[in-house]
Amino acid sequence: MKNALSEGLDNTDSPCPAFCFQDVNKLYPSRDGLNVEALRNINFEVSRREFVTVVGPSGCGKSTLLKILAGITDATSGRVEINGVLQQGPSVEIGVVFQSPVLLPWRNILENVLVPAEIQKRDKKQSKDKAYELLNMVGLNGFETKYPKELSGGMQQRVGIARALINDPSILLMDEPFGALDAMTRESMNMELLRLKESIGATIMLVTHSIPEAIFLGDRVVVMSPRPGCVEEIMTIDLPEKRELSIINSEKFGAYDSHIRHALNSKVGLD
Amino acid sequence: MKKVTFNERDMMLRVGFFVFVIALWHFSVTLLDISPLVFPAPWGVVVSLYQGIASGEFLFHTGVTLYETLMGFVIGAIVALVLGGLIGQIRLLEKIFYPYIVAFQAMPKVAVAPLFVAWFGFGVTSKIIITATIVFFPILANTIVGLRSAPREQIEMMAAFTASPWQKFLMVRFPHALPYIFAGLDVGIVLAIIGAIVGEFVGAQAGLGYLILQRNFSMDITGVFAILIVLSAIGIGLHTIMKFIAKRTVFWSETSEDLRQ
Repeated sequence: MKNALSEGLDNTDSPCPAFCFQDVNKLYPSRDGLNVEALRNINFEVSRREFVTVVGPSGCGKSTLLKILAGITDATSGRVEINGVLQQGPSVEIGVVFQSPVLLPWRNILENVLVPAEIQKRDKKQSKDKAYELLNMVGLNGFETKYPKELSGGMQQRVGIARALINDPSILLMDEPFGALDAMTRESMNMELLRLKESIGATIMLVTHSIPEAIFLGDRVVVMSPRPGCVEEIMTIDLPEKRELSIINSEKFGAYDSHIRHALNSKVGLD
Repeated sequence: MKKVTFNERDMMLRVGFFVFVIALWHFSVTLLDISPLVFPAPWGVVVSLYQGIASGEFLFHTGVTLYETLMGFVIGAIVALVLGGLIGQIRLLEKIFYPYIVAFQAMPKVAVAPLFVAWFGFGVTSKIIITATIVFFPILANTIVGLRSAPREQIEMMAAFTASPWQKFLMVRFPHALPYIFAGLDVGIVLAIIGAIVGEFVGAQAGLGYLILQRNFSMDITGVFAILIVLSAIGIGLHTIMKFIAKRTVFWSETSEDLRQ
């Protein structure tokens, strides 16, 4: 099996994008019989090993977009392709990190990381080695036999990341993964995520409501506006590959920030 | 794991209350000169308890009652778990069976007990069946609720990692249901003793319930009190064992403690 840690997936030079949305719409039926339009005409594609962030205020459908890509929610119309293949339900190619860590309290940390491997019925010994490797990578070696409630929120989310990577997915989806963490922990988690991105070589889509976070992490930022949720703008972030926290204070960063704020403010009053 | 702190002050209060009640009991009975035929003094009960134990009479009858209790509990629990598992997973089964199960539960088992004795005789079989029917419902209801209440996000997580329905059941729904099931088992084990005693009241040849009736008829109220103490000791013992097993098995659960109240 390929090992994501050893750099470079063998299909990096294949022509098709990692995933793409084509005319994706999503309607939620509401109680009064009128449908709520959660997503309208979503069209964009993400190339391999790209780190794309999706930013927008709550209710803009960004989480729904991620759930559709993960195969947990169905689109009302339109097409989603993963590695050039029509997406039909959840796929092994995708690893998901959820808003809350969603760890199983009766399993210890190691066993939690192994959940997706068990679902796939992978070789036990190999996945166990891989789990140790991943826990080490997210800075949790020595915590293998602890239980979720013994860990802080930030640590639990690290376990969630390790779990998402256990089956070597080519795409990593993150749904406001650090939303519940305090600002300081959040910043250091962001730094680590950039470091992690280098070593796992997966395409990453991260959903957030924080504009600075979106700019800091993303190669591109998809700006979404609500009611109905649609893509307002897709910005390429032209900042150095190796990013330090200090970049947040740079002029360029500030320009991106105010641009996105302006784009969103023209649509809705941000609170 | 959480450290259990032994609170000495609570223990003192508890023992103090016990001594107070016994003293109150003793002096009320002696000062008011109440006949032991109506209400025995504590010391008389202790003596009767000792005699019952020393003669081996209690051991025999306790053995019979305990056997009925445990057999009934195990059978009732197994049927409840299997049925609860099926109903919890398949909505159609709930629609078909559940109204009848509730109707059966609404029927007081005490009222049905004479029928079971008529059908299955004065031996232990009828008691085991009565016990099983009493134990059945709380375990069934808790199993169903436990299986149904798995957090949506955990199920979604399993779905995102391509889990099959069976894997969702095995890896999330069932372990999530365990604290609920144990709460049901704990209620069940205490009800099981009631079931066995009710069965023995209706008609039996042995058991503590049978012994209570016998002593009641011969006006040995002191002896009845002694048996009541044995019965509550059995109840506390079984509940404690259940709690111990639950703590070991569902160690992660904080709610199981609340559910058991």
